[in-house]
Amino acid sequence: MNQQEPLLEVDGLHTGFTIDGDMHYAVNNVSFSVKPKEVVCIVGESGCGKSVMSLSIMDLLPKHNGKIDKGAIRFQGRDLTMLSDKEMNHIRGRDISMIFQEPMTALNPVLTIGFQMDEVLMNHTDLKADEIRRRSVSLLDQVGISRSDQIVNEYPHQLSGGMRQRVMIAMAIACQPKLLIADEPTTALDVTVQAQILELIQKIQDEVGMAMLLITHDLGVVAEMADRVVVMYAGQVVEDTDVDTLFHDPKHPYTKALLRSIPRMDEKQEELDTIKGIVPSLKNMPQQGCRFVDRCPEAMDKCREIDPQLGEEAQNHAVRCLLYDASFPNEQKQRGVGS
Amino acid sequence: MLIYTLRRILIMIPILFMVSIVVFSLALAMPGDALSGQIDPTNADPEYIEERREELGLNDPIHVQYGSWAANILQWDFGRSFQHQMDVTQLIGTRLPNTILLSVMSLIITYILAFYMGKYAGRNPYTKGDYAVQGVNYLMLAIPSFVAALFAIFIFAFQLGWFPSTGSVGSGLEQGTMAYWGSKIYHTFLPALVLGMLTTASYTQFLRNDMVESAQKDYVRTARAKGTDENTIYNKHILRNSIIPIVTLFGFDIASIIGGAVIIETIFSYRGIGELLVASISNRDSAVVMAIFLMLSVATLIGNLLADLLYGIIDPRIRVG
Repeated sequence: MNQQEPLLEVDGLHTGFTIDGDMHYAVNNVSFSVKPKEVVCIVGESGCGKSVMSLSIMDLLPKHNGKIDKGAIRFQGRDLTMLSDKEMNHIRGRDISMIFQEPMTALNPVLTIGFQMDEVLMNHTDLKADEIRRRSVSLLDQVGISRSDQIVNEYPHQLSGGMRQRVMIAMAIACQPKLLIADEPTTALDVTVQAQILELIQKIQDEVGMAMLLITHDLGVVAEMADRVVVMYAGQVVEDTDVDTLFHDPKHPYTKALLRSIPRMDEKQEELDTIKGIVPSLKNMPQQGCRFVDRCPEAMDKCREIDPQLGEEAQNHAVRCLLYDASFPNEQKQRGVGS
Repeated sequence: MLIYTLRRILIMIPILFMVSIVVFSLALAMPGDALSGQIDPTNADPEYIEERREELGLNDPIHVQYGSWAANILQWDFGRSFQHQMDVTQLIGTRLPNTILLSVMSLIITYILAFYMGKYAGRNPYTKGDYAVQGVNYLMLAIPSFVAALFAIFIFAFQLGWFPSTGSVGSGLEQGTMAYWGSKIYHTFLPALVLGMLTTASYTQFLRNDMVESAQKDYVRTARAKGTDENTIYNKHILRNSIIPIVTLFGFDIASIIGGAVIIETIFSYRGIGELLVASISNRDSAVVMAIFLMLSVATLIGNLLADLLYGIIDPRIRVG
């Protein structure tokens, strides 16, 4: 690993929602960084705070109840949480852009594809209208949309889900951003289309030379795309390492459980491994101890009492688990005593 | 689009036929007839009455009466008003421009007020300004128009003296001059405002709610992610979506505004169709009543057609071939 300056540095981020007057953190003390041109995958089950985390970076949280409470998000050294809406608008779409999960609803139904494409370039360049339109058409070509010169005059409902996601990608790369955040970009698509879209994203990431933060719960996608993986559980980072280490030497019981639940071609198996139970909801988050303890096959009594810290287990490998906590006495690390 | 419109117009023919039967039956069901409103039965020779009845065709079987009435209408002859001693078409012709002016002004006031109030409240939901707008809305919805009309006359005409309380035009003005039209608009303003009150309230609320809802939509988030500023997001992305339900209501309003005009015109003694309708009903001037009812039906049908066509223009998903 080279020791480049990180492009994006999330530092102690706390993002929460006000529910019935109380603040509940969906993202709790999350820190990680993305280097230029690096692909970082954020994995975890639904409800782990992955999307909230990505929306925090873009400052796109629902305004009425969502809020970044503590922490910093440094992009090229600037703390994004300190910027005004206007300053953020200069960054959104130009330096950082985003692709969303739902291509069916992410485009405005009453505006033409062309208008919605042009908008990015109108916001961030001084080009003339006809030049912008030419660029939009060629961007659509670039993401593999045929008859792009006609598609610009059509409306979102005339396109398929896969095509809409291509349009979203075209918009996202229009200004050649330094960072692309893709929040489960293929989840809502057909399996065959998923592969095409991933391939496209990978190709474009390579061409444009941008860094990417890919949010997914599909470990197959992680293996395919990631340089580095951040595993999240219940709003916290539980493991952070490079992709090879994650697949070959996972440490955290949650990561191991996730990997076990991937169906394998080379083993005969009647029943798929699953992780019992569900992610605790925002309002029922355990206040003390490890958040995974109720579902953890290796839980100990102490896990209910001590908040595990995210510690460097090895070079480039951080884990949030008492089992790997150097300050926790080794003789007490008897597995499977707890639940 | 053209074929669709033509088809819709063709469908109107059977509807109008049925409406005409209903209108005709209603006129028959009204106590008295064209004759009884004109003569004093206690004072007239029964033979003369019988003679007149025969002459007017009132003794014919009902279907024959309907047939001759309908046949005349197809030739644009709506009969004669006994009360005013003139052709119904001519009579309506003198009143219709006033009602059209009233409706158009009312719609313009409604749209301007609702657009700005709704847009403001929708962009700043749950603020003091929003609550103020909603308070005004509830007031406008809750007060019956005849009460509001009396209040308006009392406050703006009698107390403040800003507007005239009755009539549709000042006296002694030559038709067609600027002063004449100025006076007309001046006379129309207050009734138009009261007439548009109910629709203003519902439009404002519609627009506000739809904007609040649209602001949560994914495409708004996409627009923000592109670095689009809030003004453009509201004016292009949200408003363009939220205006759809309002535009479609426009067609339906044509009918409800003429309906409301009946009350408002009567209170303001505004010489329009509504006032004529009320007067004709009390005078048993059934030819006029039937003609106005038919006219309202046609207006409603055309309004609905307009609404559907507008819907297609403004919402690409519903665009018709």
